[in-house]
Amino acid sequence: MTPEQARNVIDEAISQIAPDADLGSLAPDADLRDALELDSLDFLNLVESLSQRTGRRIDEDDYPQLATMASAVKFLTAR
Amino acid sequence: MPALGADMDEGTLLEWLVKPGDEIRKGDIIAVVDTSKSAIEVESFHTGTIERLIVGVGETVPVGTVLATIAEQAAAAAPAAAAAPAAPVGPPEAAGPPEPQRARKRPAREPAARAKQRRQPVITSGKAQPAAASPLVRHLAEELRVDIATVQGTGPGGTITRADVQRAAIAGAGVAEPVTLPPQPGVAVTAAQPTPARPTVPVTARQPVTPLARRIAAELGIDVSKLTGSGSRGAVREADVRMAATARAPTQAPAQEREQAMRQAIGRLMARSKREIPHYYLSNTVDMTAAMDWLHQRNRELEVTERLVPAALLLKATALAARQVPQLNGYWEDDRFAPGDAVHLGVAISLRGGGLLTPAIHDAAELAPGELMAQLRDLVNRARGGRLRRAELTEATITVTNLGDQGVESVFGVIYPPQVALVGIGKIIERPVAVGGLVGARPVVITTLSADHRASDGYAGARYLAAVSDLLQRPEEL
Repeated sequence: MTPEQARNVIDEAISQIAPDADLGSLAPDADLRDALELDSLDFLNLVESLSQRTGRRIDEDDYPQLATMASAVKFLTAR
Repeated sequence: MPALGADMDEGTLLEWLVKPGDEIRKGDIIAVVDTSKSAIEVESFHTGTIERLIVGVGETVPVGTVLATIAEQAAAAAPAAAAAPAAPVGPPEAAGPPEPQRARKRPAREPAARAKQRRQPVITSGKAQPAAASPLVRHLAEELRVDIATVQGTGPGGTITRADVQRAAIAGAGVAEPVTLPPQPGVAVTAAQPTPARPTVPVTARQPVTPLARRIAAELGIDVSKLTGSGSRGAVREADVRMAATARAPTQAPAQEREQAMRQAIGRLMARSKREIPHYYLSNTVDMTAAMDWLHQRNRELEVTERLVPAALLLKATALAARQVPQLNGYWEDDRFAPGDAVHLGVAISLRGGGLLTPAIHDAAELAPGELMAQLRDLVNRARGGRLRRAELTEATITVTNLGDQGVESVFGVIYPPQVALVGIGKIIERPVAVGGLVGARPVVITTLSADHRASDGYAGARYLAAVSDLLQRPEEL
């Protein structure tokens, strides 16, 4: 998966959970939970959506790597 | 229009999911109603055949208004002219004896046990009602704008006949309209239909406007002088104002108005809570080490869809503790405490556009954490994006607000009347804790209780928070 593909997948997943989110103005290192006002259930939905879209298992131990857009892109392109 | 929550006085019919002639069962979702807070699915309280849809799409009507009539099954097979009991679709309130207008503003919620008792007369057909009338007679009454609850029946067993209604219409023609429009429970009279039988008169300076209509017109920005009154002597009634408002805005209210209406609804309810309920507040710091360890261990083995968040365990513990301390689970109504029939856990859910909803997870104390988690996710998704069901918004017996995700350490909430307790959950944070003389970093959460001092004392409240803490020390038993 290229960084562009990863970014698209994340954008799609977030749009599904927070349709009003302004992804264009989201800083790469901003905390997704804070910036998008995601609660723990939203975050779980995000993890579920990313897992479905990429076909990969995302464990609880991986959650910290999904904290920001930059780290999430890195995580999804790493393997 | 069934009760849609303690802060809901009216609803707008968004969609009918049934049509006349459809067979429906008790509990089937038959309509979608829009309130200032959410679109709500309304179920039928009866089994039978849809006879008439009375309230049209886009109409806004007060709680208690009959939405549709349902012919019960035995009657449906009878000839059309037979005295088929027509059961109104609506809450128990809609079928009880007439009540003054102000009664609508009382807490719409009531314990299920009482609801069942009151519902009974409706289910057991028209016989139990003081004034039974066939659908055709009810239809006639509607056309003639006769309040059937006031008609003296002369048929067998006090049944109201066509002649009774016609007599009442003639007698009522010269009588001044009541000042307010009574809810007319159990009667298939729609608030907003034109009156073919009684000519309407354009309003002039001398023609009356009921005080309620005037007030609502002012609220909705409707010019009453431009309305056609449907009351006697052309009086402009509430229904006329609402019809004009509906005609002006037939679909869902724009987001801004909606947000404002929601703030007003929340404001009214919370102000009432603080005005009427003598709150007392307690808090407790709970060691979450065992719960978090158990949770991580469990989640490690599971797919994302089956994983639990800490909130699921906290909710389960609050529900079980409510069962252990029943003084906190129920309602304060008519100057006394009425315990809940089970623990229906209201969960405060913030909406993305602002505002909040507190739908209930039914029988939460009976659910395994996994089931409770699934229901919580479903409820949150539907509250934010889809539709809630009427029962979810009216049947909570105790409510939990969890602001931990927002970084708050402790929250002392405002009780949702007529409930008597609200549990607050803060953020789970690592704190230095002394255990066995040694200080170590442990995850802790501050749980709080806001409780109604009329229903319980601090001792019961303290027992409750201690029970929550104890339960969380044995997560495998939750």
